[in-house]
Amino acid sequence: MTVTTDAKNGGGQPKPPPTDLVTLTIDGIEISVPKGTLVIRAAEQLGIEIPRFCDHPLLDPAGACRQCIVEVEGQRKPMASCTITCTEGMVVRTQLTSQTAEKAQRGVMELLLINHPLDCPVCDKGGECPLQNQAMSTGEAETRFDGVKRTFAKPVPISAQVLLDRERCVLCARCTRFSNQVAGDPMIELLERGALQQVGTGEGDPLESYFSGNTIQICPVGALTSAAYRFRARPFDLVSSPSVCEHCAGGCATRTDHRRGKVMRRLAADDPQVNEEWMCDKGRFGFRYAQRPDRLTTPLVRNAETGELTPASWPEALRAAAEGLTGARGSAAVLTGGRLTVEDAYAYGKFARVALGTNDVDFRARVHSAEEAAFLASQVAGHGVDLDGAGTDYASLEAAPAVLLVGFESEEEAPGVFLRLRKAHRKHGQRIFSVASHITRGLAKTNGTLLPAAPGTETDWLEALAGSDPALGAEGRQAAEALRESGALIVVGERLAGVSGGFTAAVAAAAATGARLVWIPRRAGERGAIEAGTLPGLLPGGRPESDAEARAEIAAAWGLRALPEAAGRDTAGIVQAAAGGELAALVVAGVEIADLPDPAGARAALDAVAADGFLLSLEQRPSEVTDRAHVVLPVSAVVEKEGTFLNWEGRARPFAAAIKPDQMTRRQTVPDARALQMLADALDVHLGLPDLPTLRAELDGLGEWRGALPLGPTATPADLPRPGAGEAVLAGHRLLLDQGLMQQGDDALKATRHAAEARLSPATAEETGVATGDHLTVTGPAGTVTLPLRVTDELPDRVVWLPLNSVGGGAYQDLGARPGELVRVAAQTSAASPATEEVNA
Amino acid sequence: MTVTTDDVKQESPRELLAPVLSAFWDEPESWTLDVYRRHGGYRGLAKALEMAPDDVIAYVKESGLRGRGGAGFPTGMKWQFIPQGDGKPHYLVVNADESEPGTCKDIPLLYANPHSLVEGIIIACHAIRSNHAFIYLRGEVVPVLRRLQSAVAEAHAAGYLGKGALGDGGDLEITVHAGAGAYICGEETALLDSLEGRRGQPRLRPPFPAVAGLYACPTVVNNVESIASVPAIMAEGKDWFRSMGSEKSPGFTLYSLSGHVARPGQYEAPLGITLRELLDLSGGIRPGHRLKFWTPGGSSTPLLTDEHLDVPLDYEGVGAAGSMLGTKALQCFDETTCVVRAVTRWTEFYAHESCGKCTPCREGTYWLVQLMRDIEAGKALMSDLDKIADIADNINGKSFCALGDGAASPIFSSLKYFRAEYEQHITERGCPFDPAKSTAWSDSATHQEVNA
Repeated sequence: MTVTTDAKNGGGQPKPPPTDLVTLTIDGIEISVPKGTLVIRAAEQLGIEIPRFCDHPLLDPAGACRQCIVEVEGQRKPMASCTITCTEGMVVRTQLTSQTAEKAQRGVMELLLINHPLDCPVCDKGGECPLQNQAMSTGEAETRFDGVKRTFAKPVPISAQVLLDRERCVLCARCTRFSNQVAGDPMIELLERGALQQVGTGEGDPLESYFSGNTIQICPVGALTSAAYRFRARPFDLVSSPSVCEHCAGGCATRTDHRRGKVMRRLAADDPQVNEEWMCDKGRFGFRYAQRPDRLTTPLVRNAETGELTPASWPEALRAAAEGLTGARGSAAVLTGGRLTVEDAYAYGKFARVALGTNDVDFRARVHSAEEAAFLASQVAGHGVDLDGAGTDYASLEAAPAVLLVGFESEEEAPGVFLRLRKAHRKHGQRIFSVASHITRGLAKTNGTLLPAAPGTETDWLEALAGSDPALGAEGRQAAEALRESGALIVVGERLAGVSGGFTAAVAAAAATGARLVWIPRRAGERGAIEAGTLPGLLPGGRPESDAEARAEIAAAWGLRALPEAAGRDTAGIVQAAAGGELAALVVAGVEIADLPDPAGARAALDAVAADGFLLSLEQRPSEVTDRAHVVLPVSAVVEKEGTFLNWEGRARPFAAAIKPDQMTRRQTVPDARALQMLADALDVHLGLPDLPTLRAELDGLGEWRGALPLGPTATPADLPRPGAGEAVLAGHRLLLDQGLMQQGDDALKATRHAAEARLSPATAEETGVATGDHLTVTGPAGTVTLPLRVTDELPDRVVWLPLNSVGGGAYQDLGARPGELVRVAAQTSAASPATEEVNA
Repeated sequence: MTVTTDDVKQESPRELLAPVLSAFWDEPESWTLDVYRRHGGYRGLAKALEMAPDDVIAYVKESGLRGRGGAGFPTGMKWQFIPQGDGKPHYLVVNADESEPGTCKDIPLLYANPHSLVEGIIIACHAIRSNHAFIYLRGEVVPVLRRLQSAVAEAHAAGYLGKGALGDGGDLEITVHAGAGAYICGEETALLDSLEGRRGQPRLRPPFPAVAGLYACPTVVNNVESIASVPAIMAEGKDWFRSMGSEKSPGFTLYSLSGHVARPGQYEAPLGITLRELLDLSGGIRPGHRLKFWTPGGSSTPLLTDEHLDVPLDYEGVGAAGSMLGTKALQCFDETTCVVRAVTRWTEFYAHESCGKCTPCREGTYWLVQLMRDIEAGKALMSDLDKIADIADNINGKSFCALGDGAASPIFSSLKYFRAEYEQHITERGCPFDPAKSTAWSDSATHQEVNA
């Protein structure tokens, strides 16, 4: 029998050329595998399961546990099959055919168990434990050990989130190797010697890694447990469902485990094309927001007399909403936020055009620009793994010889992308360049090169890299050369929308260097929203709103005579129109006002609509929008509904509801699309989206746009602010773990946030009279933010960097300024510590 | 204590010994450059530097010199494995982390004759085209550290080291590094990790140190005695070297006699000498006693008994007798010694020194200590003897590095020869031996109360 590996190709990549094969015999069965394959992997392909603990296919071999010992003909000693590669003509005998291997494996298993506590009945791992399972397959029923076991105090927190039980640990070094090799956070290490060897951290230096949860999942025993999950469920009581992470645009495959309708934990699922077997802590632990006691469960209608929101039945609420919206046709708008599934986004887009008669729908609850919309319409829409089969995917990202990041911090904004970049750097020396204000931890861990830029000057770098500007400097020249290599990439993030001319320059740089351009947004719903037609200027399927043919296609598909005429306005335009009293109605889904570039303006706009128009909110939990809304419709969280996210690759990530309606312990809510369908019915408008299959069939039936693409972005760089003494240009991005609403409900997760610090260059810090550790006060038009300072060498002078949503109400709200604008910086004056400090846990 | 040629002349046939490295240990200030040069030091270096590096490697290979650290791997072959013209720095690392129970050859050698090592390093670095050598010395031996440091400084001052020391081959620096006293750091890859500043634990091979050793560069790791033997080979010629010992194990080496021997110490002799001959030279087992068991090369080599007195002490001879030549640390125990007690102490050593990386060694030694202590105290069952034999079997050959094998050796070899004695401990519910009787002062009436 001959078995060869044939890894599934993703992303329309050409099939890799056949690799050199070696043929060997395992337990008398011949097998051919690519050179370099480990014996344990080759055995797996034959269905021969060799027991193992330290072995993990995505970690470098360790050979520490010695559980996988096999006999190799011609070798003096039996060998660990997880450390030896297959060679031509090798004859391997596993426990199935070799007495020596069988005895060795039983011997190692006995030794592993002599110190292992018999606490399986209370251990989190019990029921899904590799040690438990393999003790059954490879161990003896009775132990011969009647000596003294080692005991340790337990549990020891190696971070606020990860607890260590040293008695259970088999010292396989999976956790330490993961942290060291994959995450690049070598904050846990094996300490001490011999029988006292143990996993540990440096004193006062906990495992502050965004990926710490993976160590819990790959621990082959119950030594590492999650503080939030510990002792809360048994594996055999859980119902597991494949799911997709709803946080970033990475689209990680996950597994959601619930018990009697309550999600207990989330694990990374194995998807070699996307997240391999990893996920970040935000994705792993950030699911309890949907379990908060303030979840909306019934529709709410504002009582005209008291002004209070009061619970209402669905028919009552739908009637009230329909009444409010009826007169607003043609002067209504929709804000959807960036977290909807493709299906829900499509329903909003269709609802806006069909029921509200408007093209004013935008998903961008963040800094945005018309230039960005033009970029997305011309460069992004319609392209992707599951769209036109083209575009960049994780595999080509990993294979790229060089990657330039602009307006994008991989570890903070798309951790799955960060892991791939780090892997690519480790495995084949991928060079990573970042146009950013300073060297972040994520950039340092990919051994990346900083191309330092003050906010607003990113375009200078892009223009210089596109040409062959002799003033580039050594690093710039390297980047310019590297980008011209075949397969090089330019990754742009959503923050580039804040830089006038940024996307224009990125497109030009890609054209000049031959590098492929890829846009990686921060939120899970953004990529899908473009295809669903909730971006101003775009109809579903990437059709330009301005193209008569495109409009006709959609109108025909929707059974309309024509689509609304007026060009759609973007979020800023909608907010401005609302504030000016131009909007009779506003429909808002999942938008956090503090995320908007001008929270104060947005509040004024909501107030205006609330006073003179009609404000409808579809939400999961109370928000600033529901506070003002006339009618609030409760909608499902991701675990309660079926849907699809489109990740940054344009790869469809469909998922079913993790908690089925009959498993719900709280009152059942409906997905946004269903609520909109009911609302349209109440408006006596035919939306035609009664259920998900119908919706999907309609969306698929639209097909892709084959007509002319809209023009690309054409914007010029804005005049740069000139900070004087005591002033600085604001720079910032959001940290992965911050005050985001979807991270609420897990204190352990909150405790692993990275410290919130402000950053200044040494010269500016000196000018300001502050040093590292001092408190820096940053003042904008709306107020101040005070944070401890870290003087950062590479930061451009008179630039102040802040984490955008780590303290207070977020930097936009507290300062009233956005990155690229001027703020004042000063040493903190009063000794009284401001309230914002306490948040920095 | 060292044995001088004069001692030997008086009492025993001189031709049995071949003092080369130990030839002038009894001279005043034998460790200085002057004394070393007076005894022909640095002549071998001059010859070697005139030869092309590859010729030096070939010459050492042809001499048949085998590693003196225990495994007996041909030294020249090890040098040959270093890829040439790879553009990476090459390193020579000398393993001076002598920690094996009973082993005591490198420390006296470095104490009395450090320049033989320095000269050997320069020759080896010339051969493998290395410009930086490291000596990883066991941390506890501070006086030896000082001797080594001053020898390196002397060699520097004399121009043997430093700028242009290797002529066309460039500069040469020697870094003397003191370890922190972990037995595992004598394992060559653990030593490299330790030298790099990490926790000493053995590395996975491949890649072998010759390809990716210190700082992931091609590295030769040699024992002190192996390198120190090179100058003499260069100076006196490979044929002279081959005239000693056997075809497969040529040359001279240091035999360290210790234990219940009348005159313990370093005996430098051609390979293949027998313990009987060595005991003849050293005045035999202490008066009134007879040999019971001995280790040919430290505690990690399976122990032998008086029936093995005529085994030729070379790699093949000891191997044929079911043990290993190891470090040639001949620990001799007379009939007053309880073998169970001795093996228990060794097992305690291995449990204490296990690095913890792999399961068999970490857990096996942890378990064995408990069982051995029970057996020694007479608290064990007869079935425990099979148990320790089985545990030893589960460690032997299954562990990550050779340390586990070493820990298993004393168990199964002692069971092989002295099972009856183990059984006696169990049937008599205690140790039949008086530990005081095996002490050095047991035969004088004055010190009987010392708790040994």
